Amino acid sequence: MQLIDQAKVKKNMQSRLTKNNILKGVFFGATLFALVVLVILLYRIFTQGIGYLDLQFFQNFASRFPEKAGIKAAFFGSLWVMAVIAPVSLIIGVGTAIYLEEYAKKNRFTTFIQLNISNLAGVPSIVFGLLGLTVFVRMLEMGRSVLAGGLTMSLLILPIIVVAAQEAIRSVPKELREASFAMGATKWQTIRRVVLPASIPGILTGGILALSRAIGETAPLLMIGALTFVAYLPENLLSGFTVMPIQIFNWTSRPQTEFHDVAAAGIIVLLVMLLIMNSIAVLIRNKFSKRL
Amino acid sequence: MERSIRQMIKDKKEKQKTRLNFMEKLVPGLLLLCAILSVLTTLGIVFTLIVETFTFFNRVSIIEFFTNKDWYPFFEGDPDYGIWPLISGTLMITGIAMLVAIPFGLAAAIYLSEYATDRVRRFIKPILEVLAGIPTIVYGFFALTFVTPVLQNVIPSLPVFNALSPGIVVGIMIIPMVASLSEDAMSSVPNAIREGALGLGATRFEVAVKVVLPAALSGIIASFVLAISRAIGETMIVTVAGGATPKLTMDVTESIQTMTSYIVQVSLGDAGFGTTIYYSIYAVGMTLFLFTLIMNLIAQYISRRFREEY
Repeated sequence: MQLIDQAKVKKNMQSRLTKNNILKGVFFGATLFALVVLVILLYRIFTQGIGYLDLQFFQNFASRFPEKAGIKAAFFGSLWVMAVIAPVSLIIGVGTAIYLEEYAKKNRFTTFIQLNISNLAGVPSIVFGLLGLTVFVRMLEMGRSVLAGGLTMSLLILPIIVVAAQEAIRSVPKELREASFAMGATKWQTIRRVVLPASIPGILTGGILALSRAIGETAPLLMIGALTFVAYLPENLLSGFTVMPIQIFNWTSRPQTEFHDVAAAGIIVLLVMLLIMNSIAVLIRNKFSKRL
Repeated sequence: MERSIRQMIKDKKEKQKTRLNFMEKLVPGLLLLCAILSVLTTLGIVFTLIVETFTFFNRVSIIEFFTNKDWYPFFEGDPDYGIWPLISGTLMITGIAMLVAIPFGLAAAIYLSEYATDRVRRFIKPILEVLAGIPTIVYGFFALTFVTPVLQNVIPSLPVFNALSPGIVVGIMIIPMVASLSEDAMSSVPNAIREGALGLGATRFEVAVKVVLPAALSGIIASFVLAISRAIGETMIVTVAGGATPKLTMDVTESIQTMTSYIVQVSLGDAGFGTTIYYSIYAVGMTLFLFTLIMNLIAQYISRRFREEY
């Protein structure tokens, strides 16, 4: 007696295999969709913006005439804001991470801080803008300044930096710490001379990625009241300012299509800057990832 | 002589010890302050939103806020403050975005985790990362200057500002998020389970859909919920391409306004500090914050409660 009907199995198998192959193609196609969108997006922006991208574009301030409009104020504004964000968010973020990983006891309070950080990462950026507007601009009377904008953005990217730094610190092998303690080092000496140097590549990579998030962020700074038409460079931390995404937003929302091309040129500058920052992050990661 | 050198060494040791002890005591305190700052940020957000929202509800009744079906704060004589048009605009964008992001994101996750070779994965994952790293203002520009004109070719009556185009682009923006979180969930399903199913004669598709997907379901659903939260809070794409006409409608081709784009509109305009319009952004911000908070809590609950432990 034959227990298996070979013909039936063959027929059944064939359709199942075909189904598998077709759906494999569908899934692959869906994955490629992301690639296609990326290519179209980059192609559109480069063909639109390349015509306006010349030396003058970096030397001119905002203007009512598309051919005279430049990104100088926004470019330097972005650098100024970064100069506030980088130290503030790195110091506080790494401090928090060290506390949570090295000092904190496993109790309710620690869990609460950890939960709080992950929830903070999910708060929309515009809500951080409302916070900055109320606390920094109004209550602390910083005005619509570089300082207020930088501090708001620092709070926004803090969760990203904390999580990255925690991972970096956690990945330092226990043996290194124990060796340091065995040599008579105190806890803080161990952290400062052993743990931090070993985790600095991870911290830097995470930090740069977080900064590149900050540099492209528009909404919170719009709330703070970064200006959209600026014809001067910031002179100190309390100057008014604009940043590249806001300048791009301003150009995009104008009805004249020439300004859309100017916006595309601005986007190219922004994307190139992001590309450079991300490349540095990847370089750091690759250079140091083999050591431990 | 000998004695004094010993004394000197001892003195130095003492001195160093006090300094070290001082640092050992001081540093944890300083670090704790850093950690507390993140809690203060949350408290700051909640506090500002609540206080300013209360100021708003002193001027506009909370009943009007939830029952009025019109949102016309800029009417000189008799402004209307009913939140529903902004909520419906936000949900419409979110709905369109999820229709794009869930199928593409999930398909990409299945492909990456069940079909792709290591080489393909190494090629595709960075592309998704790049897509996730593009600033939202760039997506907004893309929606306004590319997607809307393309859609206008298909639907000639489509106005320049509409819900469809930013909705689609928000969806594209969150594909990488859905894909990478879902893929993480699927990759954490142990290989032994896959091999068991393959050994019984299942095809890869059957393994993916009947074995891996159910096992990773909690993580996948959590990724959807997080994506919804992200879409609700998205600001620049809808501000650039969605228009500024709050209305209760189900028609995706119409111009709408979301909660986020209303807040931006007010902050760009010249509504002075202290006016009712100024306080209205906090009431809208509070609503937005509650929406995203609830979504995030649901995501955390799902991934904790329904996680399969292997």
